[in-house]
Amino acid sequence: MNELLRRLLNLPEQASQHARDVDGLHYFVVLVTMGAGIAIFTTAFWFMVRYRRRSQDEKTPEVQPRHWHEALFVGVPLAVFLLWFAIGFGQYVDLSQPPPGAMDVFVQGKKWMWKFAYPGGPSSLDVLRVPAGRPVRLLITSRDVIHSFFVPGLRVKQDALPGRYTQTWFNADQPGRYQIFCAEYCGLSHSGMLGELVVMPPADFDAWLAEQRRGAALAQDAAATPGEPLMLGSSILEQGRVVAAQQGCLKCHSVDGSRHIGPTFLDLYRRQEKLSTGELVPADEAYLTRSMMDPAAQVVAGYQNVMPSFQGRMTPPEVAAVLEYLKSLKTPAVQAGPSEGPVYESTPSK
Amino acid sequence: MASHAALAHHFESLEKQTQAQRLGMWLFLASEILLFTALFAAYGVYRYLYAGAFAEASRGLETWMGGVNTFVLVTSSLTVALGLDAARQGRTRRTATLFFLSIGMGLVFMGLKAVEYRHHVLHGELPGRFYTAGHIAGSGGSLFFALYFLITGLHAVHVVVGMTVLGVIGVKSWRGAYSAEYHTPVELAGLYWHLVDLIWIFVFPLIYLI
Amino acid sequence: MSPRPASSAPVFAERNYLNTPATGLRSWLTTRDHKRIGVMFLVAALIAFAIGGFFALLIRLELLTPGPTIMDAMSYNRIFTLHGVVMIFLFMIPAIPSGFGNFLVPIMVGAKDVAFPRLNLLSFYLYLLGAVIALAGMVYGGADTGWTFYTPYSTTTPTKVVPILLGAFILGFSSILTGLNFIVTTHTLRAPGITWNKLPLFVWSIYATSVIQILATPVLGMTLLLVAIEHAFGWGIFDPARGGDPVLFQHFFWFYSHPAVYIMILPAMAVMSEVVCAFSRKNIFGYKAVAYSSLGIAFVGFFTWGHHLFTSGQSPYNAGVFGVLSMFVGIFTAIKVFNWVATMYRGSISFTTPFIYFVGFLFFLFFGGMTGVALATVSLDIHWQDTYFVVAHFHFIMVGSTMMAFLAALHYWWPKITGRMYNERWGLVAAVFVILGFVFTFLPQFLLGNEGMPRRYYSYPERYWALNVASTAGASVLALGFMIVLAYILVALKHGAVAGADPWGSRGYEWLTASPPPLENFDELPAFERGPHEYHDLPAASPQAPPGAARGASHG
Repeated sequence: MNELLRRLLNLPEQASQHARDVDGLHYFVVLVTMGAGIAIFTTAFWFMVRYRRRSQDEKTPEVQPRHWHEALFVGVPLAVFLLWFAIGFGQYVDLSQPPPGAMDVFVQGKKWMWKFAYPGGPSSLDVLRVPAGRPVRLLITSRDVIHSFFVPGLRVKQDALPGRYTQTWFNADQPGRYQIFCAEYCGLSHSGMLGELVVMPPADFDAWLAEQRRGAALAQDAAATPGEPLMLGSSILEQGRVVAAQQGCLKCHSVDGSRHIGPTFLDLYRRQEKLSTGELVPADEAYLTRSMMDPAAQVVAGYQNVMPSFQGRMTPPEVAAVLEYLKSLKTPAVQAGPSEGPVYESTPSK
Repeated sequence: MASHAALAHHFESLEKQTQAQRLGMWLFLASEILLFTALFAAYGVYRYLYAGAFAEASRGLETWMGGVNTFVLVTSSLTVALGLDAARQGRTRRTATLFFLSIGMGLVFMGLKAVEYRHHVLHGELPGRFYTAGHIAGSGGSLFFALYFLITGLHAVHVVVGMTVLGVIGVKSWRGAYSAEYHTPVELAGLYWHLVDLIWIFVFPLIYLI
Repeated sequence: MSPRPASSAPVFAERNYLNTPATGLRSWLTTRDHKRIGVMFLVAALIAFAIGGFFALLIRLELLTPGPTIMDAMSYNRIFTLHGVVMIFLFMIPAIPSGFGNFLVPIMVGAKDVAFPRLNLLSFYLYLLGAVIALAGMVYGGADTGWTFYTPYSTTTPTKVVPILLGAFILGFSSILTGLNFIVTTHTLRAPGITWNKLPLFVWSIYATSVIQILATPVLGMTLLLVAIEHAFGWGIFDPARGGDPVLFQHFFWFYSHPAVYIMILPAMAVMSEVVCAFSRKNIFGYKAVAYSSLGIAFVGFFTWGHHLFTSGQSPYNAGVFGVLSMFVGIFTAIKVFNWVATMYRGSISFTTPFIYFVGFLFFLFFGGMTGVALATVSLDIHWQDTYFVVAHFHFIMVGSTMMAFLAALHYWWPKITGRMYNERWGLVAAVFVILGFVFTFLPQFLLGNEGMPRRYYSYPERYWALNVASTAGASVLALGFMIVLAYILVALKHGAVAGADPWGSRGYEWLTASPPPLENFDELPAFERGPHEYHDLPAASPQAPPGAARGASHG
């Protein structure tokens, strides 16, 4: 039944339970609509045939509705619409609440490509690899204009907004390759801003990620260029600064390079931190996020483990804002220039 | 009811026509208010996002100038209302005088506004990419002044339009175009000026005081 | 079929608004007669429709193959932007309210003119000015933002977006003045006898439309002005690089543009309420329900804009509120659909061209409306947002329904406006072409959207090819249909049979006067003793009776 209706409605393959649920609602909506349509149009056509004009001076009676007619006209559709809404809204709320323990992937849209950054430093362009059967949370932003991250196979779409993080999540359970689109118009190569979601068996994914992390660590040592903040002067930095101040981060972490209760925030992003275990880790998005949520896990050598966990005390967009704020804190020597305007490159037509 | 020169051919009576014009004016004013509402809403949103910067920028304004301007505009509204009252009694020259007095106060308002603008320009307190006053951190300062210039600028445009309307109606009134029976344009011009005043009464606390 | 040859020969009113006080171009350009202004709006809107339709054909041709077909990506982006801007701001918003509304509302309330004839003419010139500025911007490079002008793309694009924004800003004022005029006219110029409950349903819907025009348009005007200022001077209101909030733009934009959808659909409903009564020769089923649901749509329509932002990261609470409120618009529409269908019950249905368009309208409104409700169920919208499903949905509801209504109105009131009949046979042929063309253009797009094809794509993966070809084929049938309409309508202008005051046997107030109507609408004001949709006391007299007899028969 599912397969038949899916093909009939020309829906793409279903890569997650969410996709199957949404399609269930889709079938319900379509079947009810078709049923209602048939009922209404059969009635209308019956009236048209039965009451066609037979002579030019035909007379018609006055027919007025009773109250129950109008009550029926309002009540029946309202009940159906609200039922649909209740189901659809439930699914939407699920989609807006990632389960705890989901793997975070940072997604950045940019004219006209997708950049994915994984925990531990690796990043990739246009190809998002995820493990099958494990929840993945996407923290999405944009460097220039609004884009929209869309995977039809997952029935998931989320706008990528400049200067702000949005989130969505999915749990793809069917290994395979799925198309990623940009769904919000973003200029010349909007239709070329394609990507691919590769859902891998979990073991394969873990192996791939470990491999990537090694590569990323090497690359980090070679090139000391720190990541640029998302957008200089944007509200997200302001918001991050406010959140950092409100949450009390700045009571222990300085922003001018001086040593305080905790390590300074200045130039922290992408710095190689030596942990109390002697291990070297890059302070990337994933490390910084983890340090906010579970500070005891990886303590920088030479500091006391006194930081409280901020799990549940900050919303994901707030965490992301603090991250962007941290990224922006750099010594002037390596400060990036003002954010560049949009550049129009002529792309060769394919 | 004798047919009046001002009665358009498609109205049955002057009374109906006045009623129509009044309704039309109120609808127009409603639409004007929504024009400003968009800007007020934007101001509210950014005030919420950049609370600190907005408060600081607002403190930097010359509140006394805003206060004097509020007083001037409210007084000009009063003279317009008195002018309308005079028109009702058929004393149309008095109406004209009072309207010209209101225009004078409008000019005082514009003059003070110009002094303020000059002050902002000299201090680099300008919108968006022109903003050079460095004393407010982040982008809150430039946004505040973008909205400041948009709101007060749009209001100033309305003041100029209002003064023009008062001027035209004042001159016509002086020449005896209106009477105790027919003075609808006087009433409508007054309504418009009251709107200009009313909007400023929202703008002043929003931008200068809060 | 009607129009049948009449027993008493129909009369072409010799002294009418077309030749009084003069016939020269100058007398038209300086006219304050609402009928002439309405006709000028109609002609201008039809020209805009031809331009917008031409762009639509170019879009469909480009999408005939997955890669580049007839133009490069930049041209494509400009053309779909212009298609949207021209169709929405220059055709759909003014066509029925400013065109037919201007012509009919004063007649339907028994007035000699609208309340402010000079403002009415000003409204037309503002329309022309806005159109000229927007079209000039188009000639000098055009914009590539889409008609939604989303920031920060629209504020950073190097294309000429400012003239188009200013054009739309000025068109907004034209829209406000027209709306203001209709509200005041309806309130103050109703003839004695026409109480609110005897107001034609057309006027009710236009009244509701006018409320939206007055209250929503200024917000759009301000928003577009802000974008223009931002693009030209960089003031940073919506630019995230200067601290602005691009989502705020979307809220502002849809605060107008969602109600604007009802500016397009309410007049369509207005027309259809008249058409279904006239051609079923029956009183409307549930006059109050149909009339008040128009006001309901106008009111609730102001609180549903957030359903365009389900994927922008707004909170679930917002999404929930906007979703539920959107359902209520569906309810008000459902009331109308049921009442229209019920109106046919025990009627005397005449299958003329306007009625065929009514059937098409019912089809597009039902499926367009139901897909709209489906889109408001939030989780389905996440999948459909910005795909061809949305494109197909709003073309069904806005273009399909509004186009059907526009064509129905054109045919239904053509005899009133010109005094002559069109060719009924060609009318039916064209109606079949138009309706089938529409279905074949947009039905494949629903399926494309289901499969996930995003809108505004210049090129697309090959799996979407077949359905795109089907859509383009449908569009060509549609274009053919419109050409047929244009051809016989132009012929009818000169050679059509003389219509007479009331060729349809309709009981709407506008049919009580001669065709074409005299300068001040009624030579002698009728008593308006019966309602405009009452057919149960139909006299035995022929519907082709001259105006004098129709007035005599109105004592019911």
